[in-house]
Amino acid sequence: MAEPAKKLAKIVINERLCKGCSICIDFCPTNVLELKGSCVAVKDLEACTRCQLCDLRCPDFAIQVF
Amino acid sequence: MSTAAPEKKEKVVQPFDYDKYLRPNKLPHIWCPGCGHGIVLKALLRAIDKTGLPKDNIVMVSGIGCSSRTPGYVDFNTMHTLHGRAMAFATGIKFARPDLKVIVVTGDGDALAIGGNHFIHACRRNIDMTVLVYTNATYGMTGGQYSPTSPIGSTATTSRYGNIEPPFDTCEMAKASGASFVARGTAYHTIELERTIYDALMHKGMSVVDIIDACPTYFGRMNKYKSATQMMEILEKDNTVNIKQADKLPPEKLQGKMLRGVLHKVDRPEYCDQYEEHVIKKATSKE
Repeated sequence: MAEPAKKLAKIVINERLCKGCSICIDFCPTNVLELKGSCVAVKDLEACTRCQLCDLRCPDFAIQVF
Repeated sequence: MSTAAPEKKEKVVQPFDYDKYLRPNKLPHIWCPGCGHGIVLKALLRAIDKTGLPKDNIVMVSGIGCSSRTPGYVDFNTMHTLHGRAMAFATGIKFARPDLKVIVVTGDGDALAIGGNHFIHACRRNIDMTVLVYTNATYGMTGGQYSPTSPIGSTATTSRYGNIEPPFDTCEMAKASGASFVARGTAYHTIELERTIYDALMHKGMSVVDIIDACPTYFGRMNKYKSATQMMEILEKDNTVNIKQADKLPPEKLQGKMLRGVLHKVDRPEYCDQYEEHVIKKATSKE
């Protein structure tokens, strides 16, 4: 049984606004994000389920998931 | 069934466009990494969007403090006023232009200590405005002094051996002073907070929302919290219970926990309406 091809999420991170508080990393249920220096980066895009918890809890308006 | 499932997955929920309510050139904001104020601001913007009010009909007033920087970033009619006096200015605005929606954004120290007098009298008059009290239990802007909501035993720059003053319960105080809508939310439960703020905005009369959020820089660091996330989980998630769940829980599980949700809602005559009816009408009929 081949699984249907999953459409990948699009995660937009605004590096100018991100302060690296790592709230989005800790609340991500599928560990999609990681901290690179003082900014968040995408580690595993395929795992993203588009739950948008990172977007909801980002205090800096820095991340959006489409 | 199995053929329909992949089509459902194609549906993408578009993220909320905050930029239409923000002044993007003012960002990034001054709040520290991990500060809950940004999360609360997002919930507030979503709630305002739900009400469908035009931007020009909203006035946001604030005093002094970290939370009171909020009006600087939003594209409404905004006013940054004296420390603790936000509600006094807001009363004036509402009184002069009752058609506007007045939102006061204030911190716990701003509302309950410096402006405690204005807070209780705004509640007493039941004037139609929404007051959001960001409770982070510290004075973040001035260096982490203890505030009227700091818990007993917590450390601050002015209580090195632990705070000995019992804290205020913002909701009980608002209720006792006469506010007709009192609710509590947290930055952790952000969707619930959005609904609570929406209810507060739609309520006619004084609505007070006590919002628990975390200050990782001062309160967190001095009280041995490791990160903003840990603060959110301990102070906001584990320390609060929704009022709807609270009825089902045994009393020993509610020990030391704060209730979230709409705690008090009554219909009381609103101040501007009363003034219109009893003062303006009588004054003009004599002539």
